[in-house]
Amino acid sequence: MSDITGGLSRNLPATRYTEREVRIWRHFWHTAALTGVLVPLLFLGAIGLGLGGLVEQNQGKVAGFDYLVFVAPGILAATALQAAAGDSLWPVMAGTKWTKAYHAAAATPLSPANVYRGYLTWIGARMMLNATLFMVVATVLGAVPSFWGVLAIPAAALGGLAFAAPLCAYSASQDSDLSFPVIMRVAVMPMFLFSGTFFPVDQLPSGLQVVARFTPLYHAVELCRGCTTGTLGLSAAAVHIGFLGACVAVGSWFGVRTFAAKLAP
Amino acid sequence: MMPDDPVLVRAKALTKRFGDYVAVDGVDFQVRRGEVFGFLGPNGAGKTTTMRMIACVSPFSDGELSVLGRDPRTQGGEIRARLGVVPQEDNLDTELTVFDNLLIYGRYFGMPVAEVRRRAEELLAFARLEDRKDSRVDPLSGGMKRRLIIARSLINDPEMVLLDEPTTGLDPQARHMLWERLYRLKREGVTLVLTTHYMDEAEQLCDRLVIMDGGQIVAEGSPRELIERYATREVVELRFPTPEDQEAAVPRLAAMGERVEPVADRVLVYTADGDGTAARVHADGVHPDSVLVRRSSLEDVFLHLTGRTLDE
Repeated sequence: MSDITGGLSRNLPATRYTEREVRIWRHFWHTAALTGVLVPLLFLGAIGLGLGGLVEQNQGKVAGFDYLVFVAPGILAATALQAAAGDSLWPVMAGTKWTKAYHAAAATPLSPANVYRGYLTWIGARMMLNATLFMVVATVLGAVPSFWGVLAIPAAALGGLAFAAPLCAYSASQDSDLSFPVIMRVAVMPMFLFSGTFFPVDQLPSGLQVVARFTPLYHAVELCRGCTTGTLGLSAAAVHIGFLGACVAVGSWFGVRTFAAKLAP
Repeated sequence: MMPDDPVLVRAKALTKRFGDYVAVDGVDFQVRRGEVFGFLGPNGAGKTTTMRMIACVSPFSDGELSVLGRDPRTQGGEIRARLGVVPQEDNLDTELTVFDNLLIYGRYFGMPVAEVRRRAEELLAFARLEDRKDSRVDPLSGGMKRRLIIARSLINDPEMVLLDEPTTGLDPQARHMLWERLYRLKREGVTLVLTTHYMDEAEQLCDRLVIMDGGQIVAEGSPRELIERYATREVVELRFPTPEDQEAAVPRLAAMGERVEPVADRVLVYTADGDGTAARVHADGVHPDSVLVRRSSLEDVFLHLTGRTLDE
């Protein structure tokens, strides 16, 4: 174990910052894990089973699947997005402004870019953990027909990072959190509802379909759904992973710069 | 850097601009190994900006700077690895305990966990915080937090420690305890660089200092040298009942000392012999409310050089 952490911290200094988040998390991991199980249970119960039952009585299948099977990967990706948004707004403002924990780290050999990447690594790790818990619950409920479903875990994390990378970059550029609630309502909520999460985007008016297809969540949902149902084609996988990867890359380009501008002006 | 290079920081025409604003305007100074070097000046003089450039967390705009023989523009990480930094604002990790604050900071430097633990225990003793080891940071007093930040800055056994306004906001007792800890570091041969707007702090701690005002260095030397160069040995402070009385008295006082400085609420008469001057004031029929004879301090040096007091 210490060999692994020693090697990581020598070769990837950003993981030294990640370790801070892990040490804080260790104090409240039980609540974090409980939420990690409880939230998907509530969603899968209410929407997957409750609403899904209604859907099946009236229409039968959605996009060829039982509604529970259809909606489970949507909920997986959408809750990952929501968690990513939560982690990328106020906690970043705390690091740059309220507790200045990022400034403390940037006074050591760690660079602002290390801090940024280390924090993103943490967000990614936590999303992997939450997605794992979700998949266990979803599998028990019969919402995951394919063994490929296991790949939905990194897919959900990638989808969350595609949003967290640019959003952390944005948060670090701000001097106040005034815009944060607006982002939650105007960007996160609509994406949560309309990115193919609870119903196929074909149901949207055609103009909105185009918009939906350009959100990171749409690609994350499609990727997760392709995994849990075992229907993902290679070219579709390439498109979704490419889109999400591009979001991470562009977000990181900005993030390295906004963190440097804030921590080492 | 040669291992025995006695100069740890070299700045030449060092300049920092933020847009059109010139925060540091072409300063020259050197910090030598083992000394306590100070930047004294009022708020906004450019002290913190200069410190941040030395700490390699603020790229300089112009001039030259080398720290520990290295170039901050390209070797910032290597330089920071050998520095200790005590920032002006408390930025302890409020989500972690006292001990974990030291632990995680050591980890930022890439130190192995076992080594950081050993070092953290030593530093808790140094900071006299052993019994608060598992406490969270928030309930600590201001003095304890400062001591913890100083302990944290020493986790990597730095060659040079940068302290930005280390005792601002502390009560006198906490300040003295902090000074005493800093003396100990000095005795152990750690090079200290500090900024302060307290002249007593500068006089107590610094071997050598520069006085900054408006982004520039206006004087440099040891506290003793500066006082000898820019002030007389003693000062007589006179307070008058009204500003009019003060104004009327100034011309008469001019003859009684080497120099007279009227400031907002008092008149300072610079003289080699304070008691003698005070006696002459009384004999000449000038009637101030109060008369105080004291030694000259860096405050007087600053007043002479800038025409203002440090807290203005």
